[in-house]
Amino acid sequence: MKKPEEEKFGIVSRREFIKGLGVTAISTVAAQTAAVAQELEKANAEKVIGPGAVPVTLSVNGQNLQLQLEPRVTLLDALRNYSSLTGAKEGCDRAACGACTVLMDGRPIYSCQKLAIEAQGHQITTVEGLAANGNLSPVQQAFIDKDALQCGYCTPGFIMSVTALLQKNPRPTLAETKHACSGNLCRCGTQPHILQAVFQAAGVSMADKTEVIKHV
Amino acid sequence: MSSWPSNPKYISGSVKRVDAPAKVTGRARYASDIQAPGWLYGMILRSKWPSAKILSVNLDKALKVPGIKAAVAVRDAPFNVRFYGEEIAAVAGTSKQACLDALRAIEVKADVSKDFVVHESDAIKEDSPRVWEDSANAGAPRAHNKGDAESAFSECAAVIEGFYTTPVLIHNPMETHGSTVSWTDEGVTSWASTQGISSVQDGLAGALQLDRSRVRVLTDFMGGGFGSKFGPGAEGVLAARLSQQAKAPVRLMLTRFDQNLAVGNRPSSFQKIKMGATSDGKLHAFQIENYGTAGIGAGGDSGGGGGGANIPSPYLYKVPNYRVSQTSVAVNAGSSRAFRAPGHPPASYGMECAMDDLAVKLGMDPLEFRLLNDSSEIRQREYKTGAEKFGWKEKYQKPGSSPGVIKTGIGCAGAAWPGGRGASYTTGEAQINPDGSVEFRLGVQDIGTGTKTVIAVVAAEMLGLTPEQITVKVGDTNFPPGPGSGGSTTCPSVSPVVYDICANALQQLQAKSGLPDARGDNWFPACKKLGVTPLKVSGQWQEGLASGPAYGVQFAEVDVDTETGLVTAKKIVAVHDCGLIIDRLTLASTINGGVIMGMGYALYEERVMDSLSGVVLNPNFETYKVSGISDMPDIEVVLINMPERGVVGIGEPATVPTAGAIANAVANAIGVRVYSLPITPAKVLAALGKVPAPVPS
Ligand code: FES
Ligand code: FES
Repeated sequence: MKKPEEEKFGIVSRREFIKGLGVTAISTVAAQTAAVAQELEKANAEKVIGPGAVPVTLSVNGQNLQLQLEPRVTLLDALRNYSSLTGAKEGCDRAACGACTVLMDGRPIYSCQKLAIEAQGHQITTVEGLAANGNLSPVQQAFIDKDALQCGYCTPGFIMSVTALLQKNPRPTLAETKHACSGNLCRCGTQPHILQAVFQAAGVSMADKTEVIKHV
Repeated sequence: MSSWPSNPKYISGSVKRVDAPAKVTGRARYASDIQAPGWLYGMILRSKWPSAKILSVNLDKALKVPGIKAAVAVRDAPFNVRFYGEEIAAVAGTSKQACLDALRAIEVKADVSKDFVVHESDAIKEDSPRVWEDSANAGAPRAHNKGDAESAFSECAAVIEGFYTTPVLIHNPMETHGSTVSWTDEGVTSWASTQGISSVQDGLAGALQLDRSRVRVLTDFMGGGFGSKFGPGAEGVLAARLSQQAKAPVRLMLTRFDQNLAVGNRPSSFQKIKMGATSDGKLHAFQIENYGTAGIGAGGDSGGGGGGANIPSPYLYKVPNYRVSQTSVAVNAGSSRAFRAPGHPPASYGMECAMDDLAVKLGMDPLEFRLLNDSSEIRQREYKTGAEKFGWKEKYQKPGSSPGVIKTGIGCAGAAWPGGRGASYTTGEAQINPDGSVEFRLGVQDIGTGTKTVIAVVAAEMLGLTPEQITVKVGDTNFPPGPGSGGSTTCPSVSPVVYDICANALQQLQAKSGLPDARGDNWFPACKKLGVTPLKVSGQWQEGLASGPAYGVQFAEVDVDTETGLVTAKKIVAVHDCGLIIDRLTLASTINGGVIMGMGYALYEERVMDSLSGVVLNPNFETYKVSGISDMPDIEVVLINMPERGVVGIGEPATVPTAGAIANAVANAIGVRVYSLPITPAKVLAALGKVPAPVPS
């Protein structure tokens, strides 16, 4: 199995951080917590990030964004409030709605649950990055054709989830599609049209569910 | 009287939503996306007490937090707060983080010895703590009667009684409430997430004591409202005051948590119904005692139909003898506001459940029973059409007779929506340029229902152009005024105005250009004759192009797992009429949305209050469940096109009958009634006698 990538925690990797702490923590199992705290402080003192703003570089839609952010700023806030990329939306800010979905190295993530400093060194794609040279992606086009949006506030999040799904699985089943989108909420109730859009984007045709009858 | 063209090219077709490209690319700027130069974040400090007297609010320490530029209390202390989540103060600063720090630094002294009550069944009691010191929680019952219900019951062949209840619902639009407000010497500009730019303008002008002309409201895109976003709200006014103090624009969007506490809800209902029919299956006597809560009161921000707890009753059916008595009960919780078809979903649920229960008692097919008692010709037609599509005859089984552990059941219910006719004061204008480009400007807003698309479709039809050739601008109070988007009125308000603008434009172009007909191929030559001066044309709402009311019926098929109690909605057939269909595509979306919201009402959604602490226990999407994509039934939409009726709004009726239809399908599946929404697994198992009844929240 591939060794999992070292998870970067700002400029200090999580492993480094734990290493600095771990030796002491293990050898002083019975010692007072004060000793651990001291050690923690030392570890932090060496590589402290924040609490003030620090330089952060994000790679978004193939471009570098140089920002000054407090370490507690999320990726979503960095995009929406420190750059003009407001495509990703905030619906809950706590991993429950999916409006903030972006791709990180091709995988859909809730950007409200990622600190901007953690996202450094990764390729971020937002909805603004999908229409290459102004040509809409097949998913975007399908959302338009099937009217898979009403107010449209949830739309960028759904589009990112669906884009990730189709990249991995170009011909998903209905169940797989529902599964891939189950982290996205839509209050306007566009889900039936979203399902139709996914199938159009996957090149499968689905019966129209609307019928018009003349009144006689 | 005007009339619509008889062989339309775009009207009643499937034109793609004109602002969809902006929405799928992230280009669309919602209220919460506005980044006015030098903007600050705003945040609100809310009461953590369900009832308290605020003695003092000290903002000094908050103002010292680095980055904080302004802090205001909602009013001068002392003042009372009456629900958990009521606004106390607000701050503005250069980052969200600074604001969070500042909220923690505000010092509030409060007398919290006051008692409170959060459940309507407690609040209605004589000895309950009072929400308002000088009035009882329960208002005097509102009664209206007809005939002699008392003696009519004794003439009935069958009588049922049931206590049908519905919970408080939270709107939870995906974009929370809020705005960016800039207050300068020139006046106030508000980029608001609203359903009513004009009502926000009025509300801000009133609260800030400014002339209306000095307040401009802009709403290019907004992320849903469902009745809860008409006025500026406390948050809009606070943003303005913060902006004035900080001398910078302030973006104050509520958190999801805030949204669940303080900006509206659908009132609950506790409907004690008694209903009887004669042996020929005719409704003969009806009696209802209903109470519900609108929180501390029906909110001032309720546009489009009010948010009180009373429901229309007796709903849909004409009963010769009835007695109706209703009471609104105050509790220490956020105010209600209009919520998609105010009053109708609970009314439909109670009445339609009673209808099914009575049909069962009479030994009749519930659909036959409805056809016998529903006097609306349009609904009759819809029931018959829908029954065929749905396969009612083949599917109907006696209640509880579905075999096996997972039982299947079907049900139906009807809707009525008296509005939908549009606002006759709506106006609009268009600018036609010599190069043939044309821009329509109407002071309405598109809340996701496709208003911009409707304008483009009607204009293209009338002018002989394509919808892409029409530029549509809405969401600006500098444009000719129109109504707020509530009560299913926007489409029937704007369509006749656009019709009139176009008729006027063609007339004037004809006069100016000398061409007999400026439509289609002649459009560009005619416009060219304008020389260098664009033509400005206005239009008014026209009689004969819009009407109401709307009807509608829905059929539901469900599976009920009698071991787990889980209900799965499998199929919904929604049959609706909206007069002349303008755009089929966006219309189908609106109906789907109504059905899905109705399904949430039936199966998942409920605000839960804690009587000991007075807090809302589920103020977030993890615990306040809205329908997700995995819950989706197969929804079939059947539209009855009636061009002769003109345009009729459809936003409300589509959500009215769903809960009743699903509830009836559940009762049909398991053979017993679950009397309370949402129909949770626990309630299903309790109804089956497998577990004790859940303790009511
Ligand atoms: S905003 Fe991130 S999941 Fe809701
Ligand atoms: S389209 Fe409005 S929330 Fe999904």
